[in-house]
Amino acid sequence: MNLKELSHTEERLVEGHRLCAGCAEPIIARQVLMGTSKPVVVANATGCFEVSTSNYPFTSWNVPWIHTAFENAPATISGVEAAYNSLKRQNKISEEVKFVVFGGDGATYDIGFQSLSGAIERGHDFLYVCFNNEAYMNTGIQRSGATPKGASTTTCPSGTCTPGKKEFPKDLTRIIIAHDLPYAAQASPHNWKDLIEKSRKGIDTPGPAFINVISPCPRGWRHDGSQTIALSKLAVETCVWPLYEYENGEWRVTGESLRIAEGKKEKRPVMDWLNSQGRFKQLTKSKFSPVADEIQQNVDKKWESLLKLCHM
Amino acid sequence: MSEPMAINGDMAIAMAWKQIDPDVVAAYPITPQTIIVEAFSDFVANGEVNTEYVCAESEHSALTICVGASAAGARVATATASAGLAFMWEMLYVTASMRMPIIMAVANRTLSGPINIHCDHSDAMGGRDSGWLQLFGENVQEAYDNTIMAFRIAEDMRVRLPIMTCLDGFIITHALERLEMLDDKTVKDFVGPFRPVRPLLDVKQPTTYGPLAMPDYYYELKYQVQASMDAALDVAKKTMDDFAKVSGRKYHLAEGYRTEDADYVMVAMGSTAGTMRYVVDQLRAQGKKVGAVKVRLFRPFPAADVAKLLEGKKAVAVMDRAMSPGTGSPLYMDVLQSISRMKDPPRVSNYVYGLGGRDLIPGQLTEVFQEIMANKGDRINFMGVRK
Repeated sequence: MNLKELSHTEERLVEGHRLCAGCAEPIIARQVLMGTSKPVVVANATGCFEVSTSNYPFTSWNVPWIHTAFENAPATISGVEAAYNSLKRQNKISEEVKFVVFGGDGATYDIGFQSLSGAIERGHDFLYVCFNNEAYMNTGIQRSGATPKGASTTTCPSGTCTPGKKEFPKDLTRIIIAHDLPYAAQASPHNWKDLIEKSRKGIDTPGPAFINVISPCPRGWRHDGSQTIALSKLAVETCVWPLYEYENGEWRVTGESLRIAEGKKEKRPVMDWLNSQGRFKQLTKSKFSPVADEIQQNVDKKWESLLKLCHM
Repeated sequence: MSEPMAINGDMAIAMAWKQIDPDVVAAYPITPQTIIVEAFSDFVANGEVNTEYVCAESEHSALTICVGASAAGARVATATASAGLAFMWEMLYVTASMRMPIIMAVANRTLSGPINIHCDHSDAMGGRDSGWLQLFGENVQEAYDNTIMAFRIAEDMRVRLPIMTCLDGFIITHALERLEMLDDKTVKDFVGPFRPVRPLLDVKQPTTYGPLAMPDYYYELKYQVQASMDAALDVAKKTMDDFAKVSGRKYHLAEGYRTEDADYVMVAMGSTAGTMRYVVDQLRAQGKKVGAVKVRLFRPFPAADVAKLLEGKKAVAVMDRAMSPGTGSPLYMDVLQSISRMKDPPRVSNYVYGLGGRDLIPGQLTEVFQEIMANKGDRINFMGVRK
């Protein structure tokens, strides 16, 4: 797989969508869909990505695509896949088709968590991709279960008494891995090779697969739209968002995270991450500086625990 | 036609599904529907159907799975009741708006709270404005017959909307009654093959399902559902005519009983219709000019048919097994709108009854007739409640 080959792949999400400049979501979606040359059906949870790519009577989708509601994209694809299995068994269709779901962190960590857990437990053959921009961005930057500690959102704003969100986010990737599914991973759009390779594995692996992708949001994170890819890289370099995969029971760090784990690359301080975005700017005030320390401690703790799981 | 058998309403629906053999069934268990999906699971386990059966983790997901499967190009059925139907509420609208001809059995049960597993029509009434057709059956035979007719009505290209086949929880779902089944071939021929429209699995012709519609298009898309509801009245009538030819059982959208020369008429849906006819016969024997109307199709509401049956009557009692606190109940409201342009309309009263499975006794219906014959009673009455 090289860039030249990829430049010739079929465009499945085409131009004309209405996502913000600098939004990571279409970059991630195009990379994910480069993970297979087979026909795909895409299901989408309600969110920025859904409303911006399907404004009736227009569509940016060059593949079959379905959206039904916010909390149920995994159930939607379960139904499509069940129909596929039924019609295939009855010899009413012959073509091999793959199934991919896109949802934001609100749809994945919070309101659609049950639907995702149920679909994984039932063992449907699909890849679920979470665009993790760490808040409800479509409705205007509200706190989600993925919002990091210390981030200011419109429902956990920083004020004179609070530094933004008080709690650490739930570790959804590990919760999904606890389902003992065939494949799960964390990825980032800056490392396109890593993300496309993980997508290929997720799509080709029979049964459910899950990839949680960090998805910088210029509006919500308060950064310049030109910094999207740089920030997604920084998330990995600070170990705020380690790249790893879980494949048939084995944990493995990948990309820059592997090089950091092997001591071949510097693990940058979390302060670099916090200083890069307006949502964390209150943490530079002396009053809230202990929060920045707690965040660093938590990143270190999670990183050490991940390395143990990877036997490193 | 098979030998008559004794079977409960839930089993009768499972048997109808088995004969139709849907491509996908997705459901979540809830009393008093559960017998349907348990029985159908046995058919799947024993290879008696081709159906892919999906055990959803909730009713919201169950209906969502049905929508996904239907959009993919499958014939789909499901079943629910009460809280399950309430949990599906968001998806009811999506299902109708996306024009998915899904058939859902609703074992009518009241809504919490207080939690109660017994019959009334509150659950179905929560879905009455969603764009689903709603058929109500009076007994086990009708639960079976309505199911078979529903697939054909829903899948008709002039309709292409989902249908709830409603049957009274416990009173029909769990009661052993006489059922005459059609043979498999008759059912298969009557329903016909499923014709998908631009299915998702047609990967060479990619279709976008469930897009965002802004104020410039939303209203027109909703109006299309209304237009199909209008068409559904004729399609349902024609389907009932055709069904009579293969079964010998003739059904109507709204069915009058001894209404022709009646001055006083009672209107109801579901299992109460049988009790109502029994009471009509008793009062007729005493020389009272009474009659009854059973509404089979509640959505779309056959307003012209109902108006025709009520024209020239002195008084009408509308029996509602549901309530709308603060106003009249749903069936009453629809009967009123049906007669609103009538020159000399009958005096119409609403009687709420049977909530949360409260028994209905024939004597109570006799009293309702006596009340309307005496020109008494409030506009809205709560029959038998301890105030």
